[in-house]
Amino acid sequence: MIDKSKCNIEESLSGINDGSTIMIGGFGTAGQPTELIEALIDQGARDLTIVNNNAGNGDKGLAALLKTGRVRKIICSFPRQADSYEFDKLYHAKKIELELVPQGNLVARIEAAASGLGAIFTPTGFGTLLAAGKESRLINGKNYILEYPIFADFSLIKAFRGDRWGNLVYRKSARNFGPIMAAAARCTIAQVQEVVPLGELDPENIVTPGIFVQHVVRIGGALS
Amino acid sequence: MTYQRLTRNQIAKRVAEDIPEGSYVNLGIGLPTTIANHLREGSEVFLHSENGILGLGPAPVKGNEDPELINAGKEYVTLLKGGSFFHHGDSFTMMRGGHLDICVLGAFQVSQSGDLANWHTGSPDAIPAVGGAMDLAIGAKRVFVTMEHLTKNGDPKIVEHCTYPLTGIACVNRIYTDLAVMDVTATGLFVIDIVPGLSFGQLQKLTDAKLINSLEQAPKNS
Repeated sequence: MIDKSKCNIEESLSGINDGSTIMIGGFGTAGQPTELIEALIDQGARDLTIVNNNAGNGDKGLAALLKTGRVRKIICSFPRQADSYEFDKLYHAKKIELELVPQGNLVARIEAAASGLGAIFTPTGFGTLLAAGKESRLINGKNYILEYPIFADFSLIKAFRGDRWGNLVYRKSARNFGPIMAAAARCTIAQVQEVVPLGELDPENIVTPGIFVQHVVRIGGALS
Repeated sequence: MTYQRLTRNQIAKRVAEDIPEGSYVNLGIGLPTTIANHLREGSEVFLHSENGILGLGPAPVKGNEDPELINAGKEYVTLLKGGSFFHHGDSFTMMRGGHLDICVLGAFQVSQSGDLANWHTGSPDAIPAVGGAMDLAIGAKRVFVTMEHLTKNGDPKIVEHCTYPLTGIACVNRIYTDLAVMDVTATGLFVIDIVPGLSFGQLQKLTDAKLINSLEQAPKNS
């Protein structure tokens, strides 16, 4: 019997080595897998490359991970926020590398990795600072830049419900990057509020099929 | 003659008048977000949020905020009946793939040819952040910009060439400021509306880019 929900949170993260690239779901704090990030901090892996839309909010979750100094590089679209002070300190002290990517290119590069593409041509960013040094091409009268996939060793995401085969459904706008990051990592760990018996998730409504998920960790707690 | 500049609220109202029912629309952070408050009552306009929502509703009543139901500016929102949630892949397919009818963005500068600068001042110690601005700028069918006509220092924001780092090239279709409304066309910037009491000549003096007076060519019936 396959049971992807049998590991506890520590066991599910035990394979994360120093130097790993880790995608972390969430848009701001919506969909951020706070408990998985806290467990990653306890796990102790360092020299990490983190992929997220932002660069942490307040003191918890991704911000707390950044504060440990174990993140070498962050790939994101919108680091600067009113409460991104942990990142801001590291950035100004030159203690973290930033790769700034327009959000849609971040998405497309994650999806390219997920679907096995070698590279993509995207119109977003053409002629801007963020395309500096990148190959461009005129295709059917429109300019595109060449961008490469972003693969991850691990994705840490937050879903609403999961089952032991790794099928997932999400809640409201907490879905955001979860489904595409799940498909772009060698190993995806999903924290869920509830693990339900097989068959309980309506197959018509499963958002992430279990093939993209290696571990489902029940966190429980309130609705959000 | 004296003239009154439009308030930010009046700019938002002016844009809302130009959004047809049935449009799929993304409203940027800041002033553009407030356009939603001025859409005609009962008119169905589909508001999109880059973090995976179509059919955005108004802010929730106090006590009903849900941290998993937020807009691109990370403000609490609601979902209208018939609204939907989707992941970032689908959301940016909508944005980059030309599926949105209109997006409305703020700007630091817009050039005569419709280049947009709205993500970075270029200041060396500023932390750069771009979000979805570059995708919206080149991906929506029509790109509207709302902004003050002049900077706080009185410098024109509608310029011959942008001096701030670009968000997109030749991507803006229409500019709404506190003084005028202008269409960006292949032949230049056509002024299609101007606040009462301000002459075209005065407006041109407050604008770095060359303007074309379409009000004179097609006078309103009186």
